[in-house]
Amino acid sequence: MIIDAISWFCLMLGCFFCFSGGVGILRFPDFFTRMHAASVTDSLGAILILVGLMFQAGLTLVTVKLAFILLFLLLTGPASSHAMAKAALHSGHKPMNSNTSDDAAKNSASGGDVSNP
Amino acid sequence: MFTAAIIAILVTMVLALTRAILGPSLYDRILAVNMFGTKTVLGIAVVGFLMGRPDFLDIALIYALMNFIGVIAILRFFEYDPRGTTNHDR
Amino acid sequence: MLSGIYGLLSATLFVVLDAVDVAFTEAAVGAGISTLLMLTTLSITGRYEIQRPKIQSQIALVLTTITGALLIYGTLDMPYFGSTDSPANAHVADYYLSNALGQTGVPNFVTAVLASYRGYDTFGELVVIFTAGVSVLALLGTVSDKTMSDDHQPMHQHLILRVTSKMLIPVIMVFGLYVQFHGDFGPGGGFQAGVIFAAAIILYCMLFGLGVAKEVISLGMVRFCAALGVLLYGAVGVVSMLKGEAFLNYSVLASDALVGQHIGIIVIELGVGITVAAVMISVFFTFTGSAEEDDSAFDASSPSDATESNSKQVSQ
Repeated sequence: MIIDAISWFCLMLGCFFCFSGGVGILRFPDFFTRMHAASVTDSLGAILILVGLMFQAGLTLVTVKLAFILLFLLLTGPASSHAMAKAALHSGHKPMNSNTSDDAAKNSASGGDVSNP
Repeated sequence: MFTAAIIAILVTMVLALTRAILGPSLYDRILAVNMFGTKTVLGIAVVGFLMGRPDFLDIALIYALMNFIGVIAILRFFEYDPRGTTNHDR
Repeated sequence: MLSGIYGLLSATLFVVLDAVDVAFTEAAVGAGISTLLMLTTLSITGRYEIQRPKIQSQIALVLTTITGALLIYGTLDMPYFGSTDSPANAHVADYYLSNALGQTGVPNFVTAVLASYRGYDTFGELVVIFTAGVSVLALLGTVSDKTMSDDHQPMHQHLILRVTSKMLIPVIMVFGLYVQFHGDFGPGGGFQAGVIFAAAIILYCMLFGLGVAKEVISLGMVRFCAALGVLLYGAVGVVSMLKGEAFLNYSVLASDALVGQHIGIIVIELGVGITVAAVMISVFFTFTGSAEEDDSAFDASSPSDATESNSKQVSQ
């Protein structure tokens, strides 16, 4: 009974995080903030949902599989987020808070490659 | 309760898909696709529980794998292309 | 890129329809490998499309619309979803469902049907895949087996990715083996396992470069394995024929019929897995090989272009 309650709590919290991540990826203003929304809530939501499912499953092979999925997501999620951020930075996206006038000019220049110096 | 979880995940998938279609830059799209994949993994796991078929976890596992490989392939293709690396934004 | 999403979505559909094995295949092939091959094809063909006259694309649009409409019209004649008197449910399905466990001893019906009852079909599919691999090799020319440039390491600054992948690749391979030999009992089998194996090798190849990957598994070995899988499958059939039964009838492989079926199914699944993995790897190697040749030619031919763009950046 208590285990059930814990599991539901985890599931609902995970769903909330997933949903807020979805809202974040739609509403945030630029790429890096979106990435923050997506990757952070992705990891947290995945952990919570999978742990909730584990409580449901009990100690069986299913739990082991769930643990493997969790391990896999925890390894790959941050790694691919990192790779994406790096690639975006390489190709000329700049984080938002360094938006002084100089950087803004450079930003648009490397973005479109057509603006005046 | 599982149904509620599935609905939440589906709504998130729709939001991510919207970003993938809107996405002003290429990387927004990749990010959205990656997120979509992760949500699919979770969704399949929950659906497996809803239907009482834990076999589905294998599929979730292979999704997680394919998602990772796909993202890396896309990144490699777009980042290290010697032809016109500065023309990504549209 | 959105095709990956399409694969994921259709696989989810199969999951909802309870077709676990089909969903598995779709996940591995549709979402994973086909996206990969599409991308590598793009990297060969070059980035920008040549502008065609507009009339051509309009003709194409009309043609696809007509074809799609015809296909939708065709579905109107199909029986209702899940109806019991549809042809698929009327004839053989009952027989398979009631007899598969007793005759083959395999709990997973899909594997039983694929590998035992429909052994000829699966053999044909395998040969088709093999032929596809051979024709890719024939069209793109055999890439020279010499390693072109050892220092050509595509993602050398992605240290985190490389370390993560090094941890993951063994796990992926073990998972592939699990799928391969678990096909009798749960979803899985040779096709999926082969694709998973190929995915592991392709991941390695993408992160560490073609040259390093070829040191691990050489192109000649890949070709040998592709042929070996088909041979293995055929040999099972020939052995059962020599033992006085029909081609691909596994019951005679051992003294007990059920054990014979088990041996036969496992061996042919192994053959399928080996061939699929080898063909996928060789196609990927060939594609990336020719892409990298193009790239190095491009780099050598126009160094001035690169310096020009650099100076442009500096001046800004």
